[in-house]
Amino acid sequence: MSTNTAYYIPHKATWPVIGTAGLMTMLAGFANYLNGSSIGPTMMVIGLLIFIVMLVGWFTLQAKESESGMYNHGVGISYRMGMMWFIFSEIIFFAVFFGTLWYTRNLSVPWLGEGATKEILHSAYQATWPTNGPGNVGGHYEPMGAWGLPFLNTLLLLTSGVTCTWAHHGLLANNRDQLIKGLAATVLLGFLFVTFQAIEYHEAYTEMGLTLGSGIYGSTFFMLTGFHGFHVCVGAIILSVVLFRSAKGHFKPENHFAFEAAAWYWHFVDVVWLGLFIFVYLM
Amino acid sequence: MSAAVAEHDDHDDHHHDDHDHGPAKGLLRWIITTNHKDIGTLYLLFALAMFFVGGSMAMVIRAELFEPGLQFVDPAFFNSMTTMHALVMVFGAVMPAFVGLANWQIPLMIGAADMALPRMNNMSFWMLVAGVLLLASTLFMEGGAPNGGWTLYPPLVLQPITVGKALPFAIFSVHLLGISSIMGAINIIATILNMRAPAMRLMDMPLFVWTWLITAFLLIAVMPVFAGAVTMLLTDKFFHTSFFNAAGGGDPVLYEHIFWFFGHPEVYIMILPTFGVASTIIPVFARKPLFGYASMVWATASIAFLSFIVWAHHMFTVGMPIAGELYFMYATMIIAVPTGVKVFNWTATMWKGAMTFETPMLFSIAFVVLFTMGGFTGLMMAIAPSDFQYHDTYFIVAHFHYTLVPASIFILMAAGYFWLPKWTGHMYNEKIGQLHFWLSAISVNILFFPQHFLGLAGMPRRIPDYAIQFADWNMISSIGGFIFGASQLLFLYIVYDTIKGGTGEKVTDEVWEDAAKHGLEWTLPSPVPYHTWSTPPAAVPTEHVLDTH
Repeated sequence: MSTNTAYYIPHKATWPVIGTAGLMTMLAGFANYLNGSSIGPTMMVIGLLIFIVMLVGWFTLQAKESESGMYNHGVGISYRMGMMWFIFSEIIFFAVFFGTLWYTRNLSVPWLGEGATKEILHSAYQATWPTNGPGNVGGHYEPMGAWGLPFLNTLLLLTSGVTCTWAHHGLLANNRDQLIKGLAATVLLGFLFVTFQAIEYHEAYTEMGLTLGSGIYGSTFFMLTGFHGFHVCVGAIILSVVLFRSAKGHFKPENHFAFEAAAWYWHFVDVVWLGLFIFVYLM
Repeated sequence: MSAAVAEHDDHDDHHHDDHDHGPAKGLLRWIITTNHKDIGTLYLLFALAMFFVGGSMAMVIRAELFEPGLQFVDPAFFNSMTTMHALVMVFGAVMPAFVGLANWQIPLMIGAADMALPRMNNMSFWMLVAGVLLLASTLFMEGGAPNGGWTLYPPLVLQPITVGKALPFAIFSVHLLGISSIMGAINIIATILNMRAPAMRLMDMPLFVWTWLITAFLLIAVMPVFAGAVTMLLTDKFFHTSFFNAAGGGDPVLYEHIFWFFGHPEVYIMILPTFGVASTIIPVFARKPLFGYASMVWATASIAFLSFIVWAHHMFTVGMPIAGELYFMYATMIIAVPTGVKVFNWTATMWKGAMTFETPMLFSIAFVVLFTMGGFTGLMMAIAPSDFQYHDTYFIVAHFHYTLVPASIFILMAAGYFWLPKWTGHMYNEKIGQLHFWLSAISVNILFFPQHFLGLAGMPRRIPDYAIQFADWNMISSIGGFIFGASQLLFLYIVYDTIKGGTGEKVTDEVWEDAAKHGLEWTLPSPVPYHTWSTPPAAVPTEHVLDTH
């Protein structure tokens, strides 16, 4: 076997087409569901199951190949570049929603409250933030404050960043105990974050009248925090897999791309939250 | 300057390895392949098929516009055709065709054994197919395919009559196409930066590789923007959000800003690889190094950078503050500078060259001339006050078709003629190739040039009927369209014929005279073996970068 010195190039791949079929079934099902078709939910579940099978299968394969030393340094660089640019694309995706928030708060909402637009269309409208627009879309609501659960969640995520780095130091020093404890703490904090966010959402919907339909404030609030929450879930699941693999004895101080990728992703999610806390909650 | 002295990867190489390197048997080969040449072929054939699907839609449009009045199709279907023609051509034909070329050529040109992430490469192709399938499925739905224009502007696209049941399918199709493009782009960046032969420095890379590196960056930077925009359309339609609804404090113009922040780089995603192929072909047939290699690289990077800061020139008439109009007007005009550098360099490359005019060169020269024309009309529209007159008329239709059909499409044809002999080992039929070129080059001008006049006279786009004074030029344009459409069948024949053996003439490794001075791929055997560059070449050709050393 000379495979670990040469750049490993697989010669066939069955998981990609299976994953694509799963994702396509899931999305077609979702589209059918939105159109009111009764087969929609079934298709979504089937597609999701196929997709999950693909994820498990593909990542198991990758882990096996990695552990058997099939990936040389060059493969590691390609994977790191892949992860870096993937995170870059995710940053851009979030930037769209941050941009939307910036544009509405600083440009389009003030425009609604000035000049002919205000005089002719809705003279009673006060163009201040937060707003659900001149149409009072979604009815009365209370804006979400920053200092309750959101602040607690900020502390949780920041702490999880520290535990994640602590786990990494453990891995580098071949201290498996520290690695596993650090990862477990990170995963725990991540899921705790999601739980608190669920409580926050529940409060918003049941007690504050704040919903996705509460005009532009509700739209930006729930889309930004919702997509972030989804990414926290994904990140915590990735970290759980890394924890599981660590418990099985995977990763070496010089070879642990999966850990690094998961950690990068986690820090990305962390930084996005800081942006959210400042621009959505505080300002 | 030395031509490439590269080790040929011979067919027997794979016996040294414990893996089976040959292609899998039967149809399954094409489904599970991770080979960059197989995937390149899949992309190219898929793009060619979509070119004819999108082309058929264009034929429907031109047939309906042959005479004033409603002839063949109802107006909603006509608008579906304009919408779907654009989406299919942009996302199904032009972009995948260039990704196909990237898959085939980049590893050959940089001395890499394959793409950096072969499994993901397979997935990005199938995601493309899945996305196009979702999009095409809307044609058969109650209410028909989307007909609010390919830009999917709200509030129009959120009205039941413009989308029927199609909207969520179109949106998820965009998501899948976006995932496909991002995966493809990541792969291309990793391949270029990580798999290059050690002997090849960045400033030795062929222009095609450079333009794709920059294009890949653009793709990763803007596809998520489009995904975000359509996601907001989805939630506005189905989940009560108010992003584009002024009553809730949102703004429909916001969609246009986001869309064009994606859309403007998107048009360069289709044109930068075009520039790259032109810069590869012209030097070979002018038998000279490319003029101004370094300036070509910098011009490409400048165009890419500028593409992010000019988007609102697509929406001068939407109602922007005057400072915005002025800024976007001047910023847009700056793009003419790096573009001018490129046109100058191509011309200077041909200057005093020992030129021959094989089909790929003919298409490339036509590209330089006709793309420049499309560029000039672009400058006319960059002038905000003039744009108020041309906006949403046939003038803009003529403009962007000049930059896409006799530019991107012509260069894709040129690339086909240029590299097919290398890929298949067979020579195409030059007579039919030249016939294809002359028919295309003449008919494309009959097709699109009159649309300038129609636009200046005020004929709006995306309308199935028109006032009587537009009749003559429309008929001429349609006749040009039918000839252009029919001529492309020649290309289909040539591709088929060349794969099947072409003229029967066995091509040399270089295929074109002294081509090995210009690129590594010409030092490999013809046809290119299934696996190449398992050991990277020791030296790389540098003639194309002569002036920088």
